[in-house]
Amino acid sequence: MSANSYSIRRFTPERSALGKLLARDSIVRRMDWVLLFASLALCGIGTLLVYSATRGRTSLTHGDQYYFLIRHLMNAGIGVGLAIGVVAIGHRRMRGVVPFFYALSILGILAVLSPLGSTVNGAHSWIIIGGGFSLQPSEFVKIAIILGMAMVLSARVDAGDREHPDHRTVLQALGLAALPILIIMLMPDLGSVMVLAAIILGVLLASGASNRWVFGLIAAGIGGAIAVWQLGILDKYQIDRFAAFANPALDPAGVGYNTSQARIAIGSGGLLGKGLFHGSQTTGQFVPEQQTDFVFSVAGEELGFVGAALIIGLIGVILWRACAIARSATDLYGTIVAAGIVAWFAFQSFENIGMTLGIMPVAGIPLPFVSYGGSSMFANCMAIGLLQSVRMQRPMSA
Amino acid sequence: MSNIPETGRTSRVTIRLVILQILVVSLLLTLGGRLWFLQIRNGQEYDEKAANNHIQQVVSPAVRGAILDDRGVPLADNETKLVVSASRTDLLKQADDGAAVLDRLAGVLGMQPEEVKDKVRLCDAKTPRPCWNGSPYQPIPITDEATTQQALQIMERREDFPGITAEPTAVRRYPEPSKANTAQVLGYLSPVTDEELTASEKTDNPYQRSDQIGRSGLESVYDKELRGQAGVTRYEVDNLGRVIGKAGDTPAQPGANLVTSIDSRVQALTEKELAQAMADARKTYDTITHKNYKADSGAAVVLDNRTGQVIAMASAPTYDPNEWVGGISAKEYKALNDVKSNYPLLNRATQGQSAPGSTFKVVSTSAAVNAGYDINGGYPCTSSMTIGNQVFKNFENESFGSISLGRALEVSCDTVFYGIAYDQWQKDGGTSPKHPKDWFYKTAHQFGLGAKTGIDLPGEVTGRIPDRQWKQSYYDANKDYWCKIKKTSKKHDLATDIARENCTDGNVLRAGDSVNYAIGQGDTLVTPIQMARIYAALGNGGTLYQPTIGKAIVSADGKTVTPIKPKVVGKLPDSKSTLKYIDKATAGVVTDGTANWKFAGWPQDKITLHAKTGTAEVSGKQTTSWLTTYTKDYTIVMTISQAGTGSGASGTAVRRIYEAMYGIEKDGPKIDPSKGIMPKPVTSLPKISDDGTVVKASYDTAAYDKAYDKSAYDTAYDPAANVPADSAVAAPRSGTSGGPGPVVAALTPTRTEELLHGRKSWS
Repeated sequence: MSANSYSIRRFTPERSALGKLLARDSIVRRMDWVLLFASLALCGIGTLLVYSATRGRTSLTHGDQYYFLIRHLMNAGIGVGLAIGVVAIGHRRMRGVVPFFYALSILGILAVLSPLGSTVNGAHSWIIIGGGFSLQPSEFVKIAIILGMAMVLSARVDAGDREHPDHRTVLQALGLAALPILIIMLMPDLGSVMVLAAIILGVLLASGASNRWVFGLIAAGIGGAIAVWQLGILDKYQIDRFAAFANPALDPAGVGYNTSQARIAIGSGGLLGKGLFHGSQTTGQFVPEQQTDFVFSVAGEELGFVGAALIIGLIGVILWRACAIARSATDLYGTIVAAGIVAWFAFQSFENIGMTLGIMPVAGIPLPFVSYGGSSMFANCMAIGLLQSVRMQRPMSA
Repeated sequence: MSNIPETGRTSRVTIRLVILQILVVSLLLTLGGRLWFLQIRNGQEYDEKAANNHIQQVVSPAVRGAILDDRGVPLADNETKLVVSASRTDLLKQADDGAAVLDRLAGVLGMQPEEVKDKVRLCDAKTPRPCWNGSPYQPIPITDEATTQQALQIMERREDFPGITAEPTAVRRYPEPSKANTAQVLGYLSPVTDEELTASEKTDNPYQRSDQIGRSGLESVYDKELRGQAGVTRYEVDNLGRVIGKAGDTPAQPGANLVTSIDSRVQALTEKELAQAMADARKTYDTITHKNYKADSGAAVVLDNRTGQVIAMASAPTYDPNEWVGGISAKEYKALNDVKSNYPLLNRATQGQSAPGSTFKVVSTSAAVNAGYDINGGYPCTSSMTIGNQVFKNFENESFGSISLGRALEVSCDTVFYGIAYDQWQKDGGTSPKHPKDWFYKTAHQFGLGAKTGIDLPGEVTGRIPDRQWKQSYYDANKDYWCKIKKTSKKHDLATDIARENCTDGNVLRAGDSVNYAIGQGDTLVTPIQMARIYAALGNGGTLYQPTIGKAIVSADGKTVTPIKPKVVGKLPDSKSTLKYIDKATAGVVTDGTANWKFAGWPQDKITLHAKTGTAEVSGKQTTSWLTTYTKDYTIVMTISQAGTGSGASGTAVRRIYEAMYGIEKDGPKIDPSKGIMPKPVTSLPKISDDGTVVKASYDTAAYDKAYDKSAYDTAYDPAANVPADSAVAAPRSGTSGGPGPVVAALTPTRTEELLHGRKSWS
């Protein structure tokens, strides 16, 4: 059946513009609309939540209550443009520019370490552009690592040389990932490092690399954490900050305050929430960083369990579609790219929401599509573009 | 090539993707579960936390109710003062946190800038006073003595004084009408403590941090009614404490007024006469100690016989209750609680106790009659009586031959009562008692002695009836001490000898104890209010009331009146004929007895006055004087420490009070009721109009009877009526049942050594 339809398409004569658009192999027909709408819905909810969290924060908005609302929408718009660009190029064709993209992102994070970079909330991971805009190059490193590793790992398999990537290939891929991770560790941006680790795990899983590599990597991660803990590499205050999500008393003025206020905000929302713009924790500005890392607490308070669960559900939809795309990709390259994105979004969402709910340590990473932040939004949209591209370049019958 | 499927995936990759998908699902489910736990299961808890976070209360204090006398004259009320307050919330909005504003304010008020700044800083462990220990959202008072001019300067230059207000505010005042000080009865206010705040949190009218609460006297007993309910405005605030909205507003409810039975004019007079009597006593030479009397403290009580209500209650030394208004200084407080000032905060009418001396003999007479002694029989009134090797003398070695019990009361013959008490002691088995009847002790309890009267004042003491039970408990408590002295000391002074004796048989009621007790000496202790109640009962036909000062609670708008009904708590254990006989004998005290010399010319045929004098001996001190008197309407009791005889020290003073009340000419027989302050007891309540002003009481009996439950009187005057069960708290000796009349209250042997006038009279 699949071979048939494939062959028919090949010999289809010229068609009209509308016919082209609606044709079986057109972009419109091949696009994953569920994935598109889920991510746009998250953007929309995020816009409202960001607005609710910031409309009263005059110190941040410079008196313009729509400051963040407008910027969040602009970011989303630019993001959609980037996604369209990615789809237009196509992930396969992007193989050619991956080394360039990789090098650019490395340069970006190196620039952050240079005097060009700025420290925001303890993480030295920003480049202030001016005019209220700033770049966080580590967001783009996520895409660079996914694409770079996917290219290395899939090259010989997709060429038909091997069934699975060999040890040397895996080592090359890991080496590719290790360089930016080391640079980001120096910032230090622990949150991004954790997300990158999750991405590497997802990529290795999907690449079919031998179990030894997968388990070895997990063991190395755990061993490294224990070593850091035992050898006293971290100061006590760093450990306290890390553990404060479970016991806010360890860092009552810092992370502990954040987590306990966020938890109060979410808990007090109840089933249906206090209504958009009516949360006392939000209007009273009790939760710091509420438009970025703690944006989920606005949803919990004002939209209640129903609204907060909807956000988790939409993320679930995106991940479900991404998994489907990974499974149905026509080549290992597409599979790895999609699986890497699944690992990225899944871990980043879990870590972000988990820290506001008090089950994960606090790390400064945004909630995809919902949190305010340009670089994050751009990277997320490019990822959606990659997923769409992977989906479009497979046979329709699959 | 064929082993690589079209999708580019091997089975290993497929399995891995399924694993990845399972991981994703489990992560999302974890989030969902945790979300449910926080929002649905524990939502309530977090909801409360969120409310605490963002709601701040600003309290507007309720105006405290007034304490009025029987005619509606305020004994305690509020005056309007211009209070200048600062709002911290507004000050902190200033660029310099309000420092410049406070400097300007200090300039206007004529205060030091530092002084003003200290008052608005918040109290914490490191901040010394003065500092503000209230809510930071509450306006902080800077001064309550601003002049109108200062207030105008502040209010007219709003832009110069952001956050500063000058508002008329009610401040407690004790106006002392007719110079009636009434200090110990009224009590005073002081700021609420942390403990009280915490304890009141769960009640329906919790204290506010800035509250003043009644600490003593009526202010304390009726605090709940007087203080009203503070108004609360709830503001929503943000994380920096900035107000972002209003969440609710409960206006303040002013406190109710307390109408008392105190008459400010009689009160003023009683205080004046007590002070005069004490001053006179200090000019009188004491032939026993060969010094003038010290007259260091005293008390006087005027009761309404028909209700047991207190018309006047004076205690000396006294203090100015206005010292407490606006906070008392540590120095002032120390002075009020010092031996030098002789503890003026004590209300000696209810908290002072001493031996009653011969005023106790009405109890002894009742006991003798109930024990079966003929009221008209002849009893030898010799100059002394010897029991064992002890000689018990009559007062000033007088002797009157063989006399009746009534005459013995009139002339206050000790030896008659010695004889009967000794006889009873022997009948009860002497030093080895067998089923003792203890008539003298039982009767004292029936007269309400040895127990609190239940007057509506705090800290009342019980006094002490030194019966067998008390003897035993006192022995148990001191045996070891006495016996240690017996073992170790070789001295032979009085104290050591007594200790030796007490070690051997200190728990045994000795003949000497019984005999001394019968004339109100020895270990017996009574309070003036206890004695006043007994004599009021003699005056009303035998009903013991729970004395009250509060007469009614009247709401601030005057619409709701809750009368405080007089409460009958017992009856004297005497037949009508015995009461009549005692009536006659106590009237004889005025006409032919120990008080006669002070009441020459008294219109006894029109206003029959009854009296009993007492002179209680106190080891190491001059004698305590007692004068207990009653007419059919009123009872007046006056006692002065270290002032000699009852008639000598207080006769004139008590006479002057009666004269003024009834309108009797000074030292003469003429009566003009229209000149009397209170020729008849005040029976109606003052009316309070809805704007809070007081309409003075008229002398309308019908209104009074309507306001009070008449059945209380009917019960009181019916000798056959049973006393309510709840008044018989606990019979002291259940084995000796069958005595006439109910037991008034539990016997509570007390070891209180804080006796009358704040010192020991027992040693």
